[in-house]
Amino acid sequence: MVARAEDVIPQRSALWAFITRWLLTTNHKDIGTLYLWLSFTLFFTAGAMAMAMRLELFEPGLQFIEPLFYNQMLTMHGLLMVFGVVMPGFVGLANWQIPLMIGAPDMALPRLNNFSFWILPFAFGLLISSLFMDGGAPNFGWTFYAPLSTTYGPPSTDFFILGVHMMGISSVLGAINIIVTIFNLRTPSMKLMDMPLFVWTWLITAFLLIMVMPVLAGAVTMMLTDRHFGTSFFSAAGGGDPLMFQHIFWFFGHPEVYILILPGFGIASQIIPTFARKKLFGYHSMVYATAAIAGLSFVVWGHHMFATGMPLATELFFMYATMLIAVPTGVKVFNWVATMWRGSMTFETPMLFAIGFVILFTIGGFSGLMLALVPADFQYHDTMFVVAHFHYVLYPGAIFGTMAAVYYWIPKWTGHMYDERLGKIHFWMAVIAVNLTFFPMHFTGLAGMPRRIVDYSLQFADFNMVSSIGAGILGLSQVLFLYIVVKTIRGGEKATTQVWEGADGLEWTVPSPAPRHTFETPPEFPPVMNRDADERTPVSTT
Amino acid sequence: MSEAPRYHVPHSSPWPIVGSCALFVTAFGAVNFIHQTSEKIGAEGSFGKPIFYTGLAMIAFMFFGWFGTVIRESIRGMNSGLLDRSYRMSMAWFILSEVMFFAVFFGALFYARIISVPWLAGAGTNLETHLLLWPDFAETWPLFMTPSGDATQAMEAWGLPFINTVILVTSSVTVTFAHWALKKNQRILLGAWLGLTVALGATFLTLQVVEYIHAYTELGLSLGAGIYGSTFFMLTGFHGAHVTMGTIMLTVMLCRVLTGHFTSDNHFAFEATSWYWHFVDVIWLFLFTFVYWF
Repeated sequence: MVARAEDVIPQRSALWAFITRWLLTTNHKDIGTLYLWLSFTLFFTAGAMAMAMRLELFEPGLQFIEPLFYNQMLTMHGLLMVFGVVMPGFVGLANWQIPLMIGAPDMALPRLNNFSFWILPFAFGLLISSLFMDGGAPNFGWTFYAPLSTTYGPPSTDFFILGVHMMGISSVLGAINIIVTIFNLRTPSMKLMDMPLFVWTWLITAFLLIMVMPVLAGAVTMMLTDRHFGTSFFSAAGGGDPLMFQHIFWFFGHPEVYILILPGFGIASQIIPTFARKKLFGYHSMVYATAAIAGLSFVVWGHHMFATGMPLATELFFMYATMLIAVPTGVKVFNWVATMWRGSMTFETPMLFAIGFVILFTIGGFSGLMLALVPADFQYHDTMFVVAHFHYVLYPGAIFGTMAAVYYWIPKWTGHMYDERLGKIHFWMAVIAVNLTFFPMHFTGLAGMPRRIVDYSLQFADFNMVSSIGAGILGLSQVLFLYIVVKTIRGGEKATTQVWEGADGLEWTVPSPAPRHTFETPPEFPPVMNRDADERTPVSTT
Repeated sequence: MSEAPRYHVPHSSPWPIVGSCALFVTAFGAVNFIHQTSEKIGAEGSFGKPIFYTGLAMIAFMFFGWFGTVIRESIRGMNSGLLDRSYRMSMAWFILSEVMFFAVFFGALFYARIISVPWLAGAGTNLETHLLLWPDFAETWPLFMTPSGDATQAMEAWGLPFINTVILVTSSVTVTFAHWALKKNQRILLGAWLGLTVALGATFLTLQVVEYIHAYTELGLSLGAGIYGSTFFMLTGFHGAHVTMGTIMLTVMLCRVLTGHFTSDNHFAFEATSWYWHFVDVIWLFLFTFVYWF
């Protein structure tokens, strides 16, 4: 009996220690890890939904899923990818890297940091549970336009609304934490214009989050009161306007799409100099361009609504303002290319993903310019061309950016190098599949195939089959990614402190894996990078 | 340890997870509560109401526990000037996010007044919309008659709303006097001014309730009375909710002052509360101008 009790208690306490460690943690590295795993889990969830849609679109006609279920998949795929995958993924990277890159002991408000994370599993639980409710999950697209979401939304819409509120709280609190950490906990010898670009882009992203997440909260609040408390915000019969919903939504939505890409810009700006073994070209212009993009993002929302009804002068204003964004974005692309120009380049997996990011994101940027043209947009609006456009900026943009960052920093997180051969296979699979999946959508869209519809006309059959095959390969390539990540965590070649020959920055001065607490006293900046360093004395291991 | 730690990083805390659970329970309860009462869905038999109130109680519990911990840390001297600066910055950014929340509802108000109501009455190129949908609809603001025929009367600005403006502006002054007293370490004056501020806040809220009753029973002005009622109640309602929050915060500050908390150079919580109070005051000035007056 006694022996048995002794067997049981340590086990229980080990489990208890495990649970409490992750539930109660205030450590930025732990919380970063939690964010990244949440993002990864939802990536496969939302990815599976995309697979269901591509399976149905493999051939014309209805084969596998009901149209109503298709609409639910479409909506949940969009919502989860935007709010559950890209945003938490970037926040996870911010949690891990920003304190390491600016020499801070942790995030400024560690308890709040834990709160920001642990709201999310509950919020997504609420959202995903709507799939199993009477009337099904939300089915009006991730943009939840009124009156589809107000008058005609299923009962589960209200769970979606409260879920969005919770995500909003999480995002705003997380953004506050990041801004305060950057402003207040930076090592004193690092000036603002010394900060790594990942930190700069996140600072600006956090500002955007604070500005627009409350707007989203307001929009869903009006939806809720329109649905249940008799208000007329989006009802013309009461003097409101369904179009007002679109204005409010896109006032949030356009800055939101920059929230989904700016940290990716930062990641590319960290990785390209490392593997080109040159300083980033045009550091200052990169910072100003990021700020300009963020500023412009508040005055371009109307370009999502050209076809839905606006006065001509307003359409022209939004068209020109939108095209103006191409200027700072162009500055960035030129700077990345100029950084690589005559560099001593090597092509490790992070660099491959970063170059893939630059090239494919630029394609998405160009199709964005096409969509910005009012007369042309009347043709493109609500077609697969739009789907092609935003998947080009989001998949090879935001997602490849996150993957590049994971390959780049995972040796610092785990202390192990990833399998370079598998990493390269992953990249080539993903980059080929991403083009196979999304490039044909440009053609079907231009030819008039509407988006968000479960079936299509026969002439689009070939391109859709190509897309579906591409999507299957893309899905498999991400399973390989999961395998690579797990393999790296479990073992592998030991990583050095500096990890990459051309690496520069404070995060490469702490041992690999980074000890639980780093920079408890502010480090000197700029750090002395030891170009052939192997191991140095650990800073702290407590 | 001879010197205070440079930056206080707490090792672990139960309060965030309590808060997450609380938010979840509140949200889940709120939706079920709405579904029980809404004619549209009428889901009977779910325990929305008790779940919702349990959630709110859990949120209150979290605040007590979490802020209690922070206060104890502060009293033990574990906080540094740097942490104090973190708190200040966070509060400022939080208030900015609140400003944006109100901005949406002001945006809706301006959209209705400048765009949707005139358009429905045929302004600009919208004559056909007007003739086809509601040819009898005429543009007014406040919107006395909605396109579908709901009638309401307007809330007069120079009655209770004006008195409330005076009350709230005065309370912003008194909270500043309280702050000055705290900085000069005049505890009696501090308590008096702070107590007066709480009283003014409570008076404001009482008058707001009187105004709402007046609106519903005598003016026919309700949430369902078209876009005028929608913007009126959502703006004043959310503002009222924030004043309630602010009054609760001020009351907590008063209790802490009476227990002897705060020194002339360490009173972040007090300052944060007063910032918040000024913020709801400024929002009210915009409300008074655009909702009641013009």
